[in-house]
Amino acid sequence: MSNDSAVRFRGVSATVGGRTVWSGVDFTVDAGQFAAVLGPNGVGKTTLLKAILGLVPTSAGTISVFGHRPGADRSRIGYLPQRHAFGPSVRIRGIDIVRLGLDGERWGTPLPSWLQGSKGRAAAERVREVIRLVGAESYAHRPVGQCSGGEQQRLLIAQALVRRPDLLILDEPLDSLDVTNQRSVSALIQSVCRREGIAVVMVAHDVNPILPYLDRVIYLGHGGAVTGAPEQVITPEALTALYGTPVDVLRDRMGRLVVVGQPDAPPEHPHDPEAHA
Amino acid sequence: MSPTSLLEDLFAYPFMVNAFQAGTIVAVAAGAIGWFMVQRRQSFAGHTLAVIGFPGAAAATWLGSNPAVGYFVACIGGALIIAALPHAGHIGGETGGVGEESAVIGTVQAFALAAGFLFVSLYQGFLSGLNNLLFGTITGVTTSQVQMLAVAGIASLTLLAVIARPLLFATIDPAVAASRGIPVRAVSGAFLVLLGVAAAGTSQVTGSLLVFALLVAPAATAVRLTARPDLGIALSVAIALMVTWAGEAIAYFSPYPIGFWVTSIAFAAFLAASAVSALRERRGRRRQRRTKEAVA
Repeated sequence: MSNDSAVRFRGVSATVGGRTVWSGVDFTVDAGQFAAVLGPNGVGKTTLLKAILGLVPTSAGTISVFGHRPGADRSRIGYLPQRHAFGPSVRIRGIDIVRLGLDGERWGTPLPSWLQGSKGRAAAERVREVIRLVGAESYAHRPVGQCSGGEQQRLLIAQALVRRPDLLILDEPLDSLDVTNQRSVSALIQSVCRREGIAVVMVAHDVNPILPYLDRVIYLGHGGAVTGAPEQVITPEALTALYGTPVDVLRDRMGRLVVVGQPDAPPEHPHDPEAHA
Repeated sequence: MSPTSLLEDLFAYPFMVNAFQAGTIVAVAAGAIGWFMVQRRQSFAGHTLAVIGFPGAAAATWLGSNPAVGYFVACIGGALIIAALPHAGHIGGETGGVGEESAVIGTVQAFALAAGFLFVSLYQGFLSGLNNLLFGTITGVTTSQVQMLAVAGIASLTLLAVIARPLLFATIDPAVAASRGIPVRAVSGAFLVLLGVAAAGTSQVTGSLLVFALLVAPAATAVRLTARPDLGIALSVAIALMVTWAGEAIAYFSPYPIGFWVTSIAFAAFLAASAVSALRERRGRRRQRRTKEAVA
């Protein structure tokens, strides 16, 4: 059983600073499945990811990650936190950032690979391989601060993938990317997830770029959550039940989903008129 | 004058041998630790620690003990206090990290300078003591001071070698580093102590106010020239060594103080590297544009 389910939540509640962020959350993500954590700002999407990582204590229920408590085995998890881009002053190459994902937490000094023998060559080869996998060969040797947002995001996904994780935790990896890059990075995540059988749990601001790929949706709101397949969750009925007020789900001509009427969370993104679907 | 007689002349006095030994130890430590400081954007913290060293050394002189001990006690103590402050684990980031704290740190710097000045006037020694503490001296390094610097240098470089990789990870990406189980706060605190040791050691060559010549300038120069960590650290150490040796040699043959020469040479290296990297960037952009046009 623990072989199949990567992440399992059973009646989990999280309390941050004395405030219950959400409670009674149930869901399972299996190996090779692509799950999205959705919901308006401030409902605790990042908190949910941190609970999986064991960085935030839970106040009720149980979480199991590959059959263990969260944080017990970090080596099987690749994590990409929400971020602002590396500024132009960050003077370190993309390939170095990917390499940190391989052994960055080991004590000691990073030596040039020609001083490390066969182990160093194998590590360097793995780094090259994962850079090829995300298609970052042409800019991996440039200082990361000079790479575009989409290029930086690919390098960071490579960093999260370099240790061949079984679970990938991504916090808004599409944020601050343009539409073309949103689409190609989504497709990249999906293909890696399918090909390597990696479970993906990803926080998304907008469900549309990833909607075709999703197996599971965890929709947070109003202190609770609805979870299930996207066509079961992103519906007027399910979301109305979640919020307790009428919510509509509209589909535009392009087939994009727009959620209307969900109670607004604090206006953290006033510049973003798009619906938080 | 032939090169050999030049060298014989240079090392004719034991104080010059001491100065070169001290300078070499300090340059290696400051070059390596400075590279991490520049990457972490903690130059302001480094400067503060150096300034805190001044009243420590002045107090030690006044109380009749070794100023070198005063530098080390004050700088390491200051580092421990900064590490204990909330948010000390935070590094640079987009806001520069210090934000509102910069006002507090600036106030502390002013107080440290004032307190150092008080100790110097209490000592009632000759005025050059003040100059030496603030701007460095070539004649003042004793043999026991060299030994102390050697111990501090070896200890700090050993600690740096042990924490280097997690420190780099915590510098570039604190959130991911923490998720991998790196004790980010402890590593940052340990680095501040290393920075304190480097500031205290460098102060004894360049004086408290010119510490940046060895702690920042070589590292900032190296970072402009390469984005490779291993090469960058090696380059930073090499530049610090060249700057120190050249500065000490010129200071010996000229009537002007060592602090001026070391700082001027470091500044020249920094300017040259900035010019090189600006040129390289412009050429890179032009090449990029050309490839884009070729593709289109």
